[in-house]
Amino acid sequence: MHSTSTIAPPAVSKAVSASHSVWRTSIRFTLVATLLVGLGYPLVVTGIAAVLFPHKAGGSLIKLSDGTVIGSELLAQSFTSDKYFHPRPSAAGNGYDATASGGSNLAQSSKALVDRIQGSIDKLAAENPGHPVPIDLVTTSASGLDPDITPDAARFQAPRIAKARHLGDAQVAGLIEQNTAGRQFGLLGEPRVNVLALNLELDKLAK
Amino acid sequence: MTANGWLQFALYCLILLATVRPVGIYLARVLEGERTWLTPLLRPIERLIYKLSGVNADQEMDWRQYAFALLGFSGVSLLVTYGIERLQNLLPFNPQGLAAVGPDLAWSTAASFTTNTNWQSYVPETTMSYLTQMAALATHNFFSAACGIAVAIALIRGIKRTTSGTIGNFWVDMTRTMLYVLVPASLVYALLLVAQGVPQNLSAYTQAHTLEQQTQTIAQGPVASQEAIKMLGTNGGGFFNANSSHPFENPTPFSNLLQMLSIFVIPAGLTFTLGRLTGSPGHGWAVLAAMFVLFAAGFTTVYWAEAQPHPLIHGAAQAGTLTAPGGNMEGKEVRFGVSQSALFATITTDASCGAVNTMHDSLTPLGGMVVLTNIMLGEVVFGGVGAGLYGILIFVVLSVFIAGLMVGRTPEYLGKKIEAYDVKMSMLYVLIFPLIILTLTAISILSPTIGLSSLANQGPHGLTEILYAFTSAVGNNGSAFAGLNANTWWYNVVLGWAMLGGRFLMLIPVLALAGNLAQKKSVPPSPGTFPVNGSIFTILLVGVILILGALTFFPALSLGPILEHLLLKAGQVF
Repeated sequence: MHSTSTIAPPAVSKAVSASHSVWRTSIRFTLVATLLVGLGYPLVVTGIAAVLFPHKAGGSLIKLSDGTVIGSELLAQSFTSDKYFHPRPSAAGNGYDATASGGSNLAQSSKALVDRIQGSIDKLAAENPGHPVPIDLVTTSASGLDPDITPDAARFQAPRIAKARHLGDAQVAGLIEQNTAGRQFGLLGEPRVNVLALNLELDKLAK
Repeated sequence: MTANGWLQFALYCLILLATVRPVGIYLARVLEGERTWLTPLLRPIERLIYKLSGVNADQEMDWRQYAFALLGFSGVSLLVTYGIERLQNLLPFNPQGLAAVGPDLAWSTAASFTTNTNWQSYVPETTMSYLTQMAALATHNFFSAACGIAVAIALIRGIKRTTSGTIGNFWVDMTRTMLYVLVPASLVYALLLVAQGVPQNLSAYTQAHTLEQQTQTIAQGPVASQEAIKMLGTNGGGFFNANSSHPFENPTPFSNLLQMLSIFVIPAGLTFTLGRLTGSPGHGWAVLAAMFVLFAAGFTTVYWAEAQPHPLIHGAAQAGTLTAPGGNMEGKEVRFGVSQSALFATITTDASCGAVNTMHDSLTPLGGMVVLTNIMLGEVVFGGVGAGLYGILIFVVLSVFIAGLMVGRTPEYLGKKIEAYDVKMSMLYVLIFPLIILTLTAISILSPTIGLSSLANQGPHGLTEILYAFTSAVGNNGSAFAGLNANTWWYNVVLGWAMLGGRFLMLIPVLALAGNLAQKKSVPPSPGTFPVNGSIFTILLVGVILILGALTFFPALSLGPILEHLLLKAGQVF
């Protein structure tokens, strides 16, 4: 008995020191690696981005000459007036909330979703009778901040804009055409119209 | 479905295939400690990291030491993340003055990011300070990715080494993966993303005055740096709530293509690394082929399902045309349309990424079922970085075992006899996964107060929401049927443990298998050896994955998405 207990301690202390060293290394490695990839890396990217792409790194903000920010080129904002093209409906916060991005998360089998979409279709159909409503105009986007609508959805709204602004149909159609972005590199994604950019052009036309 | 949609899919596959060989070779060189073109620049930093952390880079570890180091590091880094979240109100880089994160949410988030899951029960824009995003969350995007690659390479060493007691050094594998692969790639990638429009700043949120005289507060932040490693490390935790559907995270179709490629690039490359390091390149390609078959089948189904018109909606243009994607656009962005949303959804669930550019809760019942099934297959269709490879190697071992049973021989895998211990460890890996998912789903469904009260949708879809949450957590995916309100004490605490179980309980059998294989002698192949390259092996592997993965969950799926699909067709809504 005596002899086994004299053998045991070194084995135990070796195990203890091995586990000590795992903890010590874990703590030191965590701190070193956090400094490298948690602060060093993002701050270096921030620095380089600020020099190379200051506008984009800052959120692609659209500013008036006095410095007031109107919005971001990349984010939808609310438009309800007949004089403006409307973006897709938004489920971000109370609508177009750029601090609460997100979708409706309603299932295809949700009565609330079917009722909402059908309600919007019936309302829009009255605005432009005889034309089926583009589906993107009555569905909420994933982010709630989708800046784009399809060219079909822009053309669908054209008669309303022409009437409210006393413009010719051809003039509005031309403006939509100019503001339609094709597939990137002719292949990627879908053709689209940036609503805020289009509305800014509309306002320029008025002046 | 449109011709252009298929063309974009074909382009994606071609670019991905072109990266497999160069990425696989580079990873092999880094992980074998060989010289790369970055060595002159990075070797001094590598040495400095070892010195500062007290690592002896020459010391080899047996599988237990390797596992303890991994668990110790994960535990410590989890606590650091928890601490930063709880104290963020006192720390710098918090221009919005956000409050400390509450204890149960801080726990689930720390567990989530440590396990490469990146499940998020919170709205980041109004919850996490810039410091928390950078130093507590994005750090784990590097750490957990490197851990996954480390375990994969340890398993490859186990296959490759003979009569060896050791499988490498955990600290060296971590350091080299981060320093030579993840950090330089992320740096370049982040700047590419900024060039496409992803913000990268430390400014306070911007107050905008819109054209209709309203105010809009625009969330800002160091988005691009986090976005890069979020995708490259198959982490998937969004800087913003809407994740990669947010125009600030994923502004253009090109950034979308980059994001989809960066999810698969390392998992695909690792199959080549496997073939190269084990001296059987054909085996690497056969494994990749199995992944590709399952990936293409998944995409085809999701794309078809999402392109269908809603059966109960009338008076809308729902057909896909050259100028409008049509189909199911609820929860999708116009710039991605149906095809690139379906592709992203397939990729992010095949890999255990979990970033989303479309809201999975609003997918059609069958589209949603496929993305859920992708996770249920065990995250082995490319899978998480490293985790996908070691996951599919478990299925490879089982395939070889089943083939051995068929011909009545002791199965062999790349010169190693597969014996009882190896099959036990593999089965442990395969069984832990559905056991946790189905048990926790069942408990949640039984409780109206803590389980069902979080549902956003009723009927069979409600079951799918809960099933998806636990599948995503245990599979370390992190995507969600996000209508489910998971920010409750029940879901935060239980999902946190589910994620830890899905990561570490499954990773230990893998390391044990690696250790056991490394000890074995190599046996030369004989005429009776089942070849692990070629199309017969690929077909067998796909079959084993489908039978083990999909059949386990079929009863649950039939009560959820399949029932929902049939009822919706019959005009029933909830």
